[in-house]
Amino acid sequence: MDTARRHRNLESALESVGLKDGRYPFQAPNRPLPNRIEPERQQAFVALEGVSKHFPGVVALDGVSLNLNPGEVHVLLGENGAGKSTLISLLSGMQQPDQGRLVIDGVPQRLSSPRDALQRGVGTVYQHTTLVPGLSIVDNLILGAAWWSRPKRLDVRARVSAMCDRMGMDLPFDATLSSLSLGQRQLVGIIKALWRSNRLLILDEPTSMLGSDEIDQLYKAVVRLRDVGTAILFITHKLDEAIRFGDRISVLKAGRLAGQLAPVELKSLERPILIERIISLMFDTTASPSFSTPSARPATLRGPIVLRVQDIRAAASPDEPRLEGITFSLSAGEILGIAGVEGNGQKQLAEVLAGQRRFLAGSIELEGTPIHSLGVRARQKLGLRYLSDDRLGEGSLPNFPIELNLLLKRIGEPPFWRCGWQRASAIEAHARALIDHYQIRAGGPRSRLSQLSGGNIQKLLLARELDGAPKVVIYNKPTYGLDLQSIRNARSAILAQAERGVAGLLISTDLEELLELSDRIAVMYRGRLVGILEGPGLSRRRLGELMVGREHAQ
Amino acid sequence: MSSPGPAEDTRFSSIGRGLLQALFPLLLALLTAALLLELLDRDPISFYADVLSRGLFSPLGLEATISRCAPLLLLAASLIVAFRAGLWNLGVDGQFLLAAISAAALGPPLAARIPTGMTLLICMLAGMLVAALWSAVPALLKARQGTNEIITTLMMNFLGVSLANALIKLVLRDPSTTVPQTLTLATDDRLPRLFGSTIHLGVVIGLLCVIAVHVIMTRTAFGLKLRVLGESRRVARHAGLPVERLTLLAFGLSAGLAGLAGAVEVLGVAGNVRTDWNPAYGLLVIPLVFLARFHGITVIFFIFFFAILSIGGETAARKSDLPNYFVLVFVALTLLFMPLTELLGRRLPSLRSRPV
Repeated sequence: MDTARRHRNLESALESVGLKDGRYPFQAPNRPLPNRIEPERQQAFVALEGVSKHFPGVVALDGVSLNLNPGEVHVLLGENGAGKSTLISLLSGMQQPDQGRLVIDGVPQRLSSPRDALQRGVGTVYQHTTLVPGLSIVDNLILGAAWWSRPKRLDVRARVSAMCDRMGMDLPFDATLSSLSLGQRQLVGIIKALWRSNRLLILDEPTSMLGSDEIDQLYKAVVRLRDVGTAILFITHKLDEAIRFGDRISVLKAGRLAGQLAPVELKSLERPILIERIISLMFDTTASPSFSTPSARPATLRGPIVLRVQDIRAAASPDEPRLEGITFSLSAGEILGIAGVEGNGQKQLAEVLAGQRRFLAGSIELEGTPIHSLGVRARQKLGLRYLSDDRLGEGSLPNFPIELNLLLKRIGEPPFWRCGWQRASAIEAHARALIDHYQIRAGGPRSRLSQLSGGNIQKLLLARELDGAPKVVIYNKPTYGLDLQSIRNARSAILAQAERGVAGLLISTDLEELLELSDRIAVMYRGRLVGILEGPGLSRRRLGELMVGREHAQ
Repeated sequence: MSSPGPAEDTRFSSIGRGLLQALFPLLLALLTAALLLELLDRDPISFYADVLSRGLFSPLGLEATISRCAPLLLLAASLIVAFRAGLWNLGVDGQFLLAAISAAALGPPLAARIPTGMTLLICMLAGMLVAALWSAVPALLKARQGTNEIITTLMMNFLGVSLANALIKLVLRDPSTTVPQTLTLATDDRLPRLFGSTIHLGVVIGLLCVIAVHVIMTRTAFGLKLRVLGESRRVARHAGLPVERLTLLAFGLSAGLAGLAGAVEVLGVAGNVRTDWNPAYGLLVIPLVFLARFHGITVIFFIFFFAILSIGGETAARKSDLPNYFVLVFVALTLLFMPLTELLGRRLPSLRSRPV
């Protein structure tokens, strides 16, 4: 152990003079074989080199390079939609990169299928485990193989028990899976992944369903695996976990690698400083091309107040916090940003305002008229519009033609329907006008929505919400997952509305976007508005702190 | 249950395409059934010839075939409303039977007092109403609690069939017969016959209903709302549609049409209801509606085809000394080949018909 520590010191010394990643000019002679394989010293098991993956109108990954070293827990940190899932599917052979390459053991490789990935030693434990609850652990492990090549149960048991011993797990092999705790099931998932592949273990948000005891158990298992030389990719969006589990932390943001904290830094830095570093990686984008200062937007003249929201409360649901005491007002032509880490109540707030969700108490006034007891349709007619963040699951019908998707919220209204009868020409003309005006690239009004690219679908939804005379528009993550061009389009559409005097409520997890578009920014944390910032008090750092609830901890 | 297929197909060309997509599984089923007949030592060609000569080419057979279409068309209309609205109303047989009982109970006493036309109208409306009320249980459960209507409607079927039998035996029994059955509606008081044949007015009612349903579903705001609901309840909620009310309406309409089928069958053909009478037409029409991809015009062809098969098949099966169920085997084969052809169509892109 002593040698190892000395080795580490040497390493940090080397790193400080710019010699990195194990390319040593010399090597300690006659080193005893360490019981812990030193990661930096040897070649990465899997290396991603400039990997990109595009979907129509959307960038999932953009030039990401990562090294996954043996004996190292590599934490990948990022918001939902940052590209984590795409990265997993590339590593597990489900998808191929458009650009860049995968290098395994120094040799460029193609993982053409999940089976291929498994054979090369890449095992994945998905967030929702793929185990059969009615079967025992042993049966679950045998399950994949065909009957003629199935190993003997006793052999399997022996192997599993050896594996468990090595990892310090204690599992009842013959109990059915449904009788195990979620934490134990997670361990079984790991065993199953390691069964055939033991060189790289990918854990996709493994703690999302676990209690703290179970997380401890998982931690022990992960550490043991690392110590025998397994490379581990640990995916999470929780800061604390990243620091606890990680030997190395990479931050993924909008498909790009925003930065990395090397083992040396993780070991040497104090916890608060580490958190600071990570926050700045996650929320600062000094390198972003669309960089702008908070005052970049010409301040609009504050018009009269159009939307007044007072003391809104709503019940919690399984994966959302309850809303409490939400109060704010919106003036004509103003854009109020709502910042916050995903899942802190933003979506509920949007749905309560739109009329889609029941709430317990509070009042909502649109131009002085109470609207909180009105339905979705009535609010929509009064000029309150809601651009959903779930474009395909909630905002549109992919199998329906474009022209009907554009009128989804106005079914039955003249002139498109007369006495309930559809007027095909009016509907088509309406669609043509919007397609022209918003430059939606589409086959025609009658082609299906699913044939559009992501960016064009968003244009269509914006066109629908902004059509007519909107007074207040709730934009829920309007550019989430879009490519640069589409992002610019959406943002300029939002700004153009503000200039016309339309008030906007901009919900986003992208600080850059909030700073570029908003007059004021409110931060949501655990179902509350923890502060509304404007003018000189508005800084990225301050927003970042509020977003992770540090204000509250003190 | 796969996706409802092209939801926006309204133009006539889609009928032809739908037929084409469905002809292939039919052809495969014909071939496989022929093979099966061969294995059973029957002559497939003479079997099919018997089916056609009885079901289509003999005047009496053709009349029976067309009459059989009446309840099937109404049930198809019923199912299309429900399925397009994303509601899997599998309880049409219970709704059918209870409506039939209501018509049978009201018919004879009313016919003695008021004109035939009035009697028929009241019986049909009563049948529709009873069926709609019977469906209110699953409809309310679905609308309010989101309970899976597949389960509730199926269970209501068993209750409905039992209730119908109990009513016949306990309340509505005709005392002059030995087999428990309701009073019989006199032949003169039944639905009018067409052109001096045995075909009754119910066929026309059925045709009108299925066409009306098709037009409503594809050309009106109400139909579009139901289709949006059927495509995604989440989207419907987001679009501000009254999801609960639409669910209840769609259920009521669907069950009402199933009830009309039951009433028409009693008023047009049977004249009474015997115990344990349950033709289970609904279960037979469900696959046909899927085969037609919920298209109201396409389904008419399939129903006619199936009616030929079931009328002609009865005779052909008797002649070849096969059980009546052989027709069902054929329908089942068609259903098996349906997803198979779809899969093949997707695998072989050159065969895929491109939507316009």
